[in-house]
Amino acid sequence: MSRKEVLIWALCAIATAGLALLPRWLTDEYYLSLLISILMYCVLATSWALFSGPTRYISLATVAFFGLGAYVTAVFGESLPWIAVLGIAAGVGLVTALLVGLSTLRLSGVYFVIFSFGLAELVKQLVTWWEVNITKDLGRYVFVEITTLDIYWQLLAMLALVLALRALINRSRLGLALRVIGEDETVATHVGINTTRAKVLLFTVSAVFITITGAIMAPRWTYIDPSIAFAPAISFQTLIMALLGGAGALFGPILGAVPLVLLFEYLGANFPNHFSILLGLVFIVIVYFIPQGLSGVIAKIFAKKGGKA
Amino acid sequence: MNFIDILLAGAMLGGLYGLVAMGLTLQYGVARIMNLSYGEFLIAPAFLAFFAVSGWGISPLLLMLLVIPLGFAVQWLIYQLLLTPLVRRAKGGPSLEVDSILATFGMLFVVQGIMLVSFGGDYHSYTYLSDTLEILGSKVAANRMLVLVVALVLGGGLYLLLTRTRAGAVVRAVAVAPQFAHLVGINVRSTAALAYGLGGALIAVCGVMVSMFLPFSASMGTMFAMKALIVVIMGGVGNLMGCLVAGMLLGFSETLVASFIDPGLTLAVNYAVFLLVLLFKPTGLFGRAAR
Repeated sequence: MSRKEVLIWALCAIATAGLALLPRWLTDEYYLSLLISILMYCVLATSWALFSGPTRYISLATVAFFGLGAYVTAVFGESLPWIAVLGIAAGVGLVTALLVGLSTLRLSGVYFVIFSFGLAELVKQLVTWWEVNITKDLGRYVFVEITTLDIYWQLLAMLALVLALRALINRSRLGLALRVIGEDETVATHVGINTTRAKVLLFTVSAVFITITGAIMAPRWTYIDPSIAFAPAISFQTLIMALLGGAGALFGPILGAVPLVLLFEYLGANFPNHFSILLGLVFIVIVYFIPQGLSGVIAKIFAKKGGKA
Repeated sequence: MNFIDILLAGAMLGGLYGLVAMGLTLQYGVARIMNLSYGEFLIAPAFLAFFAVSGWGISPLLLMLLVIPLGFAVQWLIYQLLLTPLVRRAKGGPSLEVDSILATFGMLFVVQGIMLVSFGGDYHSYTYLSDTLEILGSKVAANRMLVLVVALVLGGGLYLLLTRTRAGAVVRAVAVAPQFAHLVGINVRSTAALAYGLGGALIAVCGVMVSMFLPFSASMGTMFAMKALIVVIMGGVGNLMGCLVAGMLLGFSETLVASFIDPGLTLAVNYAVFLLVLLFKPTGLFGRAAR
């Protein structure tokens, strides 16, 4: 590692520690819950970009894993210790992602988009069917002894973990392999990259993070049913945040998540009925005016300055 | 349910799915735009039909003729105004795929939001031709039968148009080889706009048809878009015949599962069939190898 990199890692560690201590001064419940939403979407968008950033596969399956995680907490939260619940969530995410990944990552482009979108609906319908026919009750109450502060810290830890992992993967051979896949998959196969292995591996890691996030977030609702846990909006918002920030850059997804959570929070509170119209307009604005994402815009500005000096 | 019941129900559902997907396969196969807002442009004419029939007493069949030019114009304009900049920017590269998905995704939310604000989230329906017919000893609603007939007429007409006319040949040429079509003097972009508009006319008709026999709501479009996407991909992109076959396959498997196992599992069956087809034939039932 160069001195510059050591410095960056140190700065990130200090920032994390600072954020961990932040709630000491922040006693207002509203701001804490806003921070939790921001953190949640930062983790989701960064995990999403872990796979989709370098490979450019657009996945709409985020909420399939998120919802599974939430259900793990709802089912086991009361009877098992918390760490075991998170372990089970990780396991469920791992197995599902492996199954899905091995069978569908041969699809690319639009085929993968459609399938991943369908996957969320499929999991939702299967869970609904199970609840209606086997447990005879559609909703569940979530009883877990977890405070809001615990959720905050756990999300922060997850964010630090995903970011560190992304940074490490970027420097590794695997990261290079993924970028080649993103550029041109045929070329990747021809230079001897095992594309399936690389894709399945990253898809699974990203899914495990998303599943655990779902498990951590579940206690925020006291009651869940499939339409809450598997709300498609979560997939869409994650996607648009990562793209706004720039899915290829390390901090890109965070750059997109923070302003959009605040914007959506504002819109949801002030224009609840027009929310979906505004969400759509945000999508369109991003596609037409910021195709490279905010991190791309920032990089361009810096490049211009560097050119002048 | 007896055999004839299932056969008729499956054929009607399948015919509808096939027809709904035909517009999408034109749009995606020729214009290379994966239109995710497709379902919303099906529900909007359904609302139009609801108000036309229950408010002004216009026959839905007459309305069907009226929405053909309307649907064409709307989608043609969307292609010219909103999608052409993206096509230009992509310069034939892969970014068009992602950009068009995101742009039409945005349109989905905007149109759906507008419908939710203006009509609310409730289900709407009206009665038209709801008497029952008896066919080979089983009872069917007349409006459902009409849907099957319209689907066959429109599907057949479109097939003839594309395979027997010069304009149809041009459209097919662009679908098969977009990068070479201009060498024989075809204006690729205006052909794409034409196909995109044609797809729009088809979905508008489908929307009016759906409103005749199904209760519909403002948020139902996504469901239709999903089914259409599955059918298009299963049948092989840009293939009309594949559309019909895949639509029927979906219609029948859904009917069978709903009547023998559990109506709650129809969506699961859709994806199971979809996945099975793709695992064995990654380019769809009638798809060409490698796009």
